[in-house]
Amino acid sequence: MINRRSIEVAVGLFIAAGLAALFMLAMKVSNISAFTEGNGYQLSARFENIGGLKVRSPVTMGGVRIGRVAAIEFDQNAYQAVVTLRINPQYDRIPKDSSASIYTSGLLGEQYVGLEPGADDTYMRDQDSISLTQSALVMERLISKFLFNQTVKENGGS
Amino acid sequence: MTASDRPELLVKIRDLHFRFGARVIFDGADIDIQRGKITTIMGPSGTGKTTLLRMIGGQLKPDSGSVLVDGLEVPKLKTDQLFALRKHMGMMFQTGALFTGLTIFENVAYPLREHTRLPEAMIRDLVLIKLQAVGLRGARNLMPAELSGGMARRVALARAVALDPMMIMYDEPFTGQDPITVGVIMQLIRHLNQSLGITSIIVSHDVTEVSAISDYIYMISEGKVVDHGPPAELKKSRSDWVQQFLQALPDGPVPFQYPAPDYRADLLEDGG
Amino acid sequence: MDWLQSLGRTGLILFERLGRGHLFLLRVFGGMSDTLLRPSLLIAQMYSIGVLSFTIIAISGLNVGMVLGLQMYNTLVDFGAEDSLGQVVALSLVRELGPVVAALLFAGRAGSALTAEIGLMKATEQLSGMEMMAVDPIKRVVAPRFLAGMLSMPLLAAIFSAVGILGGFFVGVGLLGVDSGAFWSQMQANVDLREDIVNGVIKSFVFGFVATWIAVYEGYDTVPTTEGVSRSTTRTVVHSAFAILALDFVLTALMFGGI
Repeated sequence: MINRRSIEVAVGLFIAAGLAALFMLAMKVSNISAFTEGNGYQLSARFENIGGLKVRSPVTMGGVRIGRVAAIEFDQNAYQAVVTLRINPQYDRIPKDSSASIYTSGLLGEQYVGLEPGADDTYMRDQDSISLTQSALVMERLISKFLFNQTVKENGGS
Repeated sequence: MTASDRPELLVKIRDLHFRFGARVIFDGADIDIQRGKITTIMGPSGTGKTTLLRMIGGQLKPDSGSVLVDGLEVPKLKTDQLFALRKHMGMMFQTGALFTGLTIFENVAYPLREHTRLPEAMIRDLVLIKLQAVGLRGARNLMPAELSGGMARRVALARAVALDPMMIMYDEPFTGQDPITVGVIMQLIRHLNQSLGITSIIVSHDVTEVSAISDYIYMISEGKVVDHGPPAELKKSRSDWVQQFLQALPDGPVPFQYPAPDYRADLLEDGG
Repeated sequence: MDWLQSLGRTGLILFERLGRGHLFLLRVFGGMSDTLLRPSLLIAQMYSIGVLSFTIIAISGLNVGMVLGLQMYNTLVDFGAEDSLGQVVALSLVRELGPVVAALLFAGRAGSALTAEIGLMKATEQLSGMEMMAVDPIKRVVAPRFLAGMLSMPLLAAIFSAVGILGGFFVGVGLLGVDSGAFWSQMQANVDLREDIVNGVIKSFVFGFVATWIAVYEGYDTVPTTEGVSRSTTRTVVHSAFAILALDFVLTALMFGGI
């Protein structure tokens, strides 16, 4: 029989290893900032087309993530998508006249909302909405627009 | 129960009925166990002798009938009352039922640790006294797997008396043991009964050993008590069945043949 | 008619076993408070359930992580997306493979041992002996094992995932030349603490609960013969595996949606 002390030490090591693994998963593997996001403030933005944007997609400003998409709804009266953005509380000086666009990271990457700062002295507050928006670029439209332009050019040139 | 009931009978079983599925184990048995005596329940294998012990210990409930132990109706007890009663009962299982993960010492100390708050030094003394009584004080640091069957039973006995019970139940104490071990166990049972006055109930089918140490014997078969009395009187029993059992005759009321159709007809059947 | 009857009988037996299993669980919960008062019982079981399963969990986790790293790299590199390797490896481990594979190994290693141990204690009348000594085997034998299994499983699953991610890192970054910074940053950007890690831990907790429950119940309910114990042990592994895989589907649908 193994003695009591070494059993207790082994169990202690096991629990420590388990907790260390959990700690690593929380700190090193995931983004711990999910904790602080709950108490941020919300902005809304209307888009004609959001493409592949999803709830929890990042919201960035100058390439830095400052929040996440909290909800996506469709407004049947205006036929627009209403995207609710949850911004981390420390970013509280976004000018009123900032604009929001939907971009794609890389050719096949996920889509995200990018904010461009305006020049206003007043800042966005909770429940404000962003009036200047630019929809997502949908690949099919892009291609058809390109082809259309090409044809117009060719026709005009001849 | 009346007051005069208590000193005489420790266990009083009346009109006991018990079935195991479709099999009838007890069909109206009455059994009395006298305080301070050695009483043996005898009968062929599979007659429910062990079942009887389990009903006295409250591990099984009879279908009907009463099982009184020390004036308490066992089948009707609540769990905590039953556990309180069991602290006064010891049981020696056929295999010993020692905890395989604990040493001999810890096995005997187990009931003490569970039910008392004695200091470690006192537990040690008590365990060594009990082990000395069964002659295994020197084996205290062995594991149960290192013991012979007879030694395991002696340790089980030491464990059964650890809490100084008022009664001990022995489940087939002699089965499968060599003559020396049988002698040792017989002596231990008698010693515990005489020196400590512990009531003993033995379940067995070893006629000679049981006749030698029992004060009273119950013979049961097919769910009923066939005969009972002190060993000497039972030898003169007029029941053919008791005579067949005591003298180990191959044929008699218990037939040699398993019930079968007529031999002659059976042999001819397939040939024709 | 015969097959209809046997179907009916099987169904009834199944329901009876389920019912008894639930009653048993209630009794175990009743005995749980006793276990908490005697931590020495719990520690001994944490040792035989958790510590003794550690090696197989860690080695399997490492292997699964390394294979994932290799396979995913080969697919991702076709799209030029090998920077996402960390994300893919971490998500598969944390969401699915960690809890599920660790639980299956747990059922095979610790569950079968639990069933065999309790079953043998029953077959050798140790449980019965305990009852006759006025000690409730549910409190002394079953409850500590149950609690230890429930506590060990999430730890084991976390170890599996963590070691697996290190294995993926070793193959992807060490051998295949994925950028170390991209590996970790892609992982961190896309693995969510609540959505992925916490859900994974919840899964492993549920699996541990169910696998331990099946194991201790099979042991306690075994037919007390050598054959009975060996059957119960087999049943523990098979039933645990079914239960874990079925529950995984249900939990995944509930947690990550998509249905």
